Amino acid sequence: MTDAPLLSVRGLNAWYGESHALHGVDLEVFQGETVTLLGRNGVGKTTTLRSIMGLIRKRTGEISFDGKDLMRMPLHHTARAGLGYVPEERGIFATLTVDENLILPPVVAKGGMSVEEIFDLFPNLKERRNSQGTKLSGGEQQMLAIARMLRTGVKMLLLDEPTEGLAPVIVQRIGELLATLKQRGMTILLVEQNFRFASRIADRFYLMEHGKVMAGFPVGELPDRMGQLHEVLGV
Amino acid sequence: MTMIFGIPLQAFLGQLLVGLINGSFYAMLSLGLAIIFGLLRVINFAHGAQYMLGAFVGYLLLVHFGVGYWPALLIVPIVVGITGIIIERLALSKLYDIDPLYGLLFTFGLALVIEGIFRYYFGVSGNPYSVPELLAGGTNLGFMFLPNYRGWVVVASLAVCLGTWFAIEKTKLGAYLRAATENPRLVQAFGVNVPLLLTLTYGLGSALAGLAGILAAPVYQVSPLMGSNLIIVVFAVVVVGGMGSIMGAIVTGYMLGLAEGLTKVFYPEASNIVIFVIMAIVLLVRPAGLFGKDA
Amino acid sequence: MAEMTLSDARVKASARLEWVLIAIGIVALLAAPFFIYPIFMMKMLCFALFACAFNLLLGYTGLLSFGHAAFFGGAAYFTAHAVKVWGLPPEIGILIGVIGAAILGLIMGFFAIRRQGIYFAMITLALAQMFFFFCVQAAFTGGEDGIQGVPRGMLFGLVDLHKEFNIYYFVLVVFLLGVFAIWRIVNSPFGMILRSIRENENRAISLGYSVANYKLAAFVMSAALSGLAGSLKAIIFQFATLTDVAWQMSGEVILMTLLGGIGTMVGPIIGAGLVVGLQNSLATSDFPVTIATGLIFMVCVLIFRRGIVGELYARVLNPSGSDKG
Repeated sequence: MTDAPLLSVRGLNAWYGESHALHGVDLEVFQGETVTLLGRNGVGKTTTLRSIMGLIRKRTGEISFDGKDLMRMPLHHTARAGLGYVPEERGIFATLTVDENLILPPVVAKGGMSVEEIFDLFPNLKERRNSQGTKLSGGEQQMLAIARMLRTGVKMLLLDEPTEGLAPVIVQRIGELLATLKQRGMTILLVEQNFRFASRIADRFYLMEHGKVMAGFPVGELPDRMGQLHEVLGV
Repeated sequence: MTMIFGIPLQAFLGQLLVGLINGSFYAMLSLGLAIIFGLLRVINFAHGAQYMLGAFVGYLLLVHFGVGYWPALLIVPIVVGITGIIIERLALSKLYDIDPLYGLLFTFGLALVIEGIFRYYFGVSGNPYSVPELLAGGTNLGFMFLPNYRGWVVVASLAVCLGTWFAIEKTKLGAYLRAATENPRLVQAFGVNVPLLLTLTYGLGSALAGLAGILAAPVYQVSPLMGSNLIIVVFAVVVVGGMGSIMGAIVTGYMLGLAEGLTKVFYPEASNIVIFVIMAIVLLVRPAGLFGKDA
Repeated sequence: MAEMTLSDARVKASARLEWVLIAIGIVALLAAPFFIYPIFMMKMLCFALFACAFNLLLGYTGLLSFGHAAFFGGAAYFTAHAVKVWGLPPEIGILIGVIGAAILGLIMGFFAIRRQGIYFAMITLALAQMFFFFCVQAAFTGGEDGIQGVPRGMLFGLVDLHKEFNIYYFVLVVFLLGVFAIWRIVNSPFGMILRSIRENENRAISLGYSVANYKLAAFVMSAALSGLAGSLKAIIFQFATLTDVAWQMSGEVILMTLLGGIGTMVGPIIGAGLVVGLQNSLATSDFPVTIATGLIFMVCVLIFRRGIVGELYARVLNPSGSDKG
């Protein structure tokens, strides 16, 4: 990995109003990697994703993506730089049909999937393409939230807890989906509480505590780190 | 003579037509208010002033430039829409992060300024705007005499309302608008230029008010005060309908116009206040409004 | 906790500042008729009381009413009618005006408090407009002419209010009593609950307060005190007209409060003084008052939302300006 990282975050601080949520986050994600942010609730994982995306504007530090400085960009330019975002609450629009939800995010680069390819990957979305978006089940909504990013041609996905609250069989399907995306060369930064799920697809891990990244390690070191992880995550 | 409920049929239908005409304007204006409010969370108090502005731009085009009704129908919404865009960029866009009441107060001040300027130059008396030649005269429908222009107003406003509804509910741009109404930050994070969408939406809402104004010019007198009393009635319409639904705003507008027309037939003294009375009743029975989703 | 004590200190300092301003103000008001036309001063006092009553609702309960002209103008009609047609003494006439305004407030408030925020503003505006149309048509208001030639009468049968100084000091006393009443309401336990409703309505509900009743009570009090101002105006100027019930009047009182400082005791008084002063000076010029009013509205909302007194507090108490916006 001698290339420059696709995403590089240096000394990222972020605030929600007056409360200081991130205290200097450093992380890197290379082209084609799947990296997982681990940590307990409230340590700043979601805030990290939202700050990278530009949804949190009160932030300092450096964020560069694909050679572009994300700090100076207005919010709607982040996606155009090639970042796709799948929020924790999924963000499916109730006043839009499944179809409309799917084609809502504008295409930002070539190389995205066509709607037909996406429907091949998600046949149950195709069946319900004219339903109201929020009438889908939780798992289907999660699928839709990921699916709509695949059309846009983004280089990298920021995924916030895609398995939260879903049945094991759905979690498995999402795992397969992410593996497929990885094979196709998608770069993924994943926030995940489900440690076992994450360990199956991630190449590397970052461990967060108190608004900072306190450790980073590849999947191979996982067995040696179990003690530390148990302590930090309380799993 | 045919009578209905002890009232000559002609008079009855005549008032009903007046109600339908008024309802057409209520519908167009409350539609614009609902679109603007949905996305910007601003109650556009200047909507009445923009309606008046539309009528005046049409009037001035005719008097000073000899531009007739049909071109004005296109030029007026563009002019009023552009003024709306300028206002949004310079001022309203600075108010999105604070209490929505400030947007109401700002546009209230704006309405006073616009109306004040026109009162200063044109006084308070009305200026007549004649019906375009093509639509002069009337048609005998057998049961009543229909002035052609009034028929045109009903058809045109219906087309405008349904066209707007279609554009919002069935098109890609409309999907952006609906999604941004629900969660503007996320839509922007997807790469949609939401600030631009907000600007265009206010421009569109303003243009709708301007279009209503030029449509109204031959029906009512073109006067600086034509918008200020109307906007309060339209607010009542909006409270009755609730601002959650585009179709709700349209339907409520026509319904209340007709209710007003009927009141003129049976109890003319109350025709000024019937919409407010209906508003009060709706507040008792269904506080969120007939089509409202929020409490 | 450090933050708490800091803000406590600020509250105390702001209270001290208010007392100083109030003392200066009262002395100035006592001396004013020797220097300024009493009729102009009385107009200011009327509107200042009106703005303070309005601010009780907007500043301390967080409800923006766009229909307060109904109470101000309605009370003016009631008082004018009682004094002129029924021949009642001014104090009884004013009492009738206040009671009438309170009843109007009860009715309007009953409907309006069913919705919040922006809807509340629109509903109050619509209901006040309904009252306006009622006043246009009702026989006792005199339609477009209004009620003219209202006698000022003898206060308690003793004081001849036709004498300028007598009526000025009467108006001043009523004004001070009215503002004092508002101050007491705001600083009572009741006022604390109103403020907690303003800060966070849902929390107030979850604490078990019947928020609707508190809002309605605040609305009625604000209406009654606005009515007091309107009744005074009818006695001072000896007429009541449609101008006082029109929506423009509701807008004016909002502007006075906004300009002076929403949620401050002194702000609305200063705002009322400035707006009335401006209207008076524009009355002799060519420049339309509505344009000036509208422009001040726009400027206040865009860059001056704290108002004069609010801005003054912010500067004096927090000179670094670190908590701007």
